[in-house]
Amino acid sequence: MQYLLMIHSDEAAMQQARKEDVQGMMAAYGAYTQAMKEAGVYLGGERLHPSSNATVVRMQNGKTSVLNGPYAEVKEQLGGYYVIEAADLDAAIGWAARCPGAQFGAIEVRPIWAM
Amino acid sequence: MGDVTDARELASRAATRVARESYGKLVAFLAAPGRDVPGAEDALSEAFAAALENWPARGVPENPEGWLVVAARRRMLDAARRRHGAATVSGALAMIGEELAAAADSTAPIPDRRLALMFACAHPAIDEAIRAPLMLQTILGLDAAAIASAFLVSPAAMGQRLARAKAKIKLAAVPFRIPEADELAERLGAVLEAIYAAFAHGWAEAFADDPRGRNLAEEAIWLGRVVVALAPEEPEALGLLALMLYADSRRAARRDSSGRYVPLSEQDPALWSEAAIVEAEAALRIAGAKSRPGRFQLEAAIQSAHASRRRSGVTDWPAIATLYDALFALTGSPVVAVNRAVAVANAHGAAAGLRLLESAGAAAQLDGYQSYWAAKADLQARIGDAGAADSYRRAIGLESDQASRAFLLGRLSAL
Repeated sequence: MQYLLMIHSDEAAMQQARKEDVQGMMAAYGAYTQAMKEAGVYLGGERLHPSSNATVVRMQNGKTSVLNGPYAEVKEQLGGYYVIEAADLDAAIGWAARCPGAQFGAIEVRPIWAM
Repeated sequence: MGDVTDARELASRAATRVARESYGKLVAFLAAPGRDVPGAEDALSEAFAAALENWPARGVPENPEGWLVVAARRRMLDAARRRHGAATVSGALAMIGEELAAAADSTAPIPDRRLALMFACAHPAIDEAIRAPLMLQTILGLDAAAIASAFLVSPAAMGQRLARAKAKIKLAAVPFRIPEADELAERLGAVLEAIYAAFAHGWAEAFADDPRGRNLAEEAIWLGRVVVALAPEEPEALGLLALMLYADSRRAARRDSSGRYVPLSEQDPALWSEAAIVEAEAALRIAGAKSRPGRFQLEAAIQSAHASRRRSGVTDWPAIATLYDALFALTGSPVVAVNRAVAVANAHGAAAGLRLLESAGAAAQLDGYQSYWAAKADLQARIGDAGAADSYRRAIGLESDQASRAFLLGRLSAL
């Protein structure tokens, strides 16, 4: 089973975080990613720039609409993701719980539609 | 002619018995490999239909469960081929095929994975409100309409919610697994909560005129027995079983001959079921020996104290009040807060109980809670408080059960 772990976090709080906290966080993410790779779980993952850099595109009545900003204006925005291979939902939840971001925000676990 | 009828009758009775005793076991076994509950349910219902056609002519097979597994497995594989094309059956399905083939060929009993299925139904990833209905359907085979009527939702909505939960079990790969020791207690708690919810819905319905309600309470007790049999070391499972049996023991006493509601304090203990009480006491004793108290054991202990009135003739209210203190400290539940206040009123006077009740009401916003107003009205009436009439009216307005409403109206007019 493949799962997408979406890391939602409070961007404002992240931007105000102290430099040493940010460094600690980066180190924690590095170790977490490494652990996933060693367990054979990791399939991919990226960190995203803050949602102020997002653009939403729609095609409506044949016209392209382009809007500045994220899809939904919520406090906790998607800040990064992992794609993992796990035996079942419990195993995926186990990895989501270890994600450093789980302490500050929320990790949404979604099964990937197998094609 | 008589022989044919007899054979049909015999086969139909055998199929009914296997359906009653093995349904959940067969669903759990068939669904586990691919976590495919709807696929297992469909295949099994077709297998039962085939059994009713086949058994009268050829006789009931020696291993009916094995026969049904073979028939259901063939249908699951056919369905998979239809979905994936004739040639390709995915690896998981090939695995189902092998495992089920092995089970069906041997005369060994089908492994019992009902508890694992219950853990899947009560998984934290499954919406709490659908866990009890899901167990009633997958383990007992109740249809959505029967469950819907007990849970006061439309059959269409219930069917939809059940289907959504089953889809999640499959697509998100919710495991059919008995959790490891470190999380067993917490996860078992969710299973027990769901069984108790089924019991409570059945119990409330038991007095509505729907005979199904009575069934649901019985089915919940049956689920409770299954959990105790499969996890005999868990004291809370025993506690829940005891609690349900105590409640069930009083069924005949809860209505008088003309169908009127009789409160516990006015019930005739001679009408309580001795057999149910004895079984409950035994379960609670085994649970207590494990020295791991919990919510259901405490609730059962309270019921045990009530039940001892049949011997002593009096209710030990101070003991009950102490048990409620412990239960409230553990759960903080508003329902418990109301019952605790009533126990304190009976043990230490209505005024003390009323004070406790009012502070609980203020803390937990119990304004919309029927039992709060019924208890408050009773305590106010006991100390001659003029507010009693108003409280009775609030309680009557919030009551949904006809007999209980009549009881409260009687109290109001007696003020």
